[in-house]
Amino acid sequence: MAHDAQVAALPPLKSVVSDFAADKQAFQVPWGKAMMWIFLLSDTFIFSCFLTAYMNVRMSTMVDWPNPSQVFALHMFGQDIPMVLIAIMTFVLITSSGTMALAVNYGYRRDRRRTVLFLTATAALGATFVGMQAFEWTKLIMEGVRPWENPWGAPQFGSAFFMITGFHGCHVTAGVIYLLVTAKRVASGFYDRKGSYETVEVAGLYWHFVDLVWVFIFAFFYLW
Amino acid sequence: MSQAQATEGHQQHPLTLYLWIWLVLFVLSAFSYMVDFFHLQGMLRWTLILLFMTLKAGLIVAIFMHMAWERLALKFAILLPPLCLFVLIGFMAIEGDYTFFTRGSAFIR
Repeated sequence: MAHDAQVAALPPLKSVVSDFAADKQAFQVPWGKAMMWIFLLSDTFIFSCFLTAYMNVRMSTMVDWPNPSQVFALHMFGQDIPMVLIAIMTFVLITSSGTMALAVNYGYRRDRRRTVLFLTATAALGATFVGMQAFEWTKLIMEGVRPWENPWGAPQFGSAFFMITGFHGCHVTAGVIYLLVTAKRVASGFYDRKGSYETVEVAGLYWHFVDLVWVFIFAFFYLW
Repeated sequence: MSQAQATEGHQQHPLTLYLWIWLVLFVLSAFSYMVDFFHLQGMLRWTLILLFMTLKAGLIVAIFMHMAWERLALKFAILLPPLCLFVLIGFMAIEGDYTFFTRGSAFIR
């Protein structure tokens, strides 16, 4: 800890040199947090590869790309509302990020009841998101979208759509399970006995990342 | 709470901060949806999409994921490596452009 205080007093760049030159450890955070960040870094590369591949096929196709605004429109109240389901999904995911941030905060306040409440709410919102995505997939499959063809234009649309949103949906599903396990452990007093709620923050990192990826998918796949 | 603050105080922030960021993220999402709703096109559309996306991503990483309060060593280790993705994106853009050109000259009479 004495070393920690010394380093904290250093100018930022010197603290980097000092941290990486340390004999013991480079990152002054619990190992779970450092490993989660490194995992998320690798996941960033995976999703970036998907999005870059999507950019490549969209740039090189000779056929017009289907207009997402129309493809994802829903017929409601007697008119077509563009992208309404995707907008709702976006808001659900952002809401879940907010409840997750509150869960982490209440965890550090040792407020076990509220931590469990907000973790469960986050998981419920995540499950809602996956449900709406299943609805979206069903609708598009019924309309004839396949990874190799679709009724509106470039056949690559389907493969990019299923690959990118499918991989993201798997992440959300895994996150829901992860959050429920964490909530169960908080409820049982596991982290009180352990003396640290850092694990809740680490679960939060994963969940916020899932929301973060959706920000990019929403921008590049649905809006572009 | 004072004991918790003593041990884990470095990531203990006021609730109002999270609620504000939450609200801003909602507003930014609404703005990005509006870009599509009002059928903005061309450079204006792409600029606005990228602007709102960057702001949202930045807020999530900095505040919700607490990166703003982490040490510079962790910031560098996590935030710098993704920059090399711009090389991949650049190469793939050139490649996509070239494929489009080749297809155009080979298949279109």
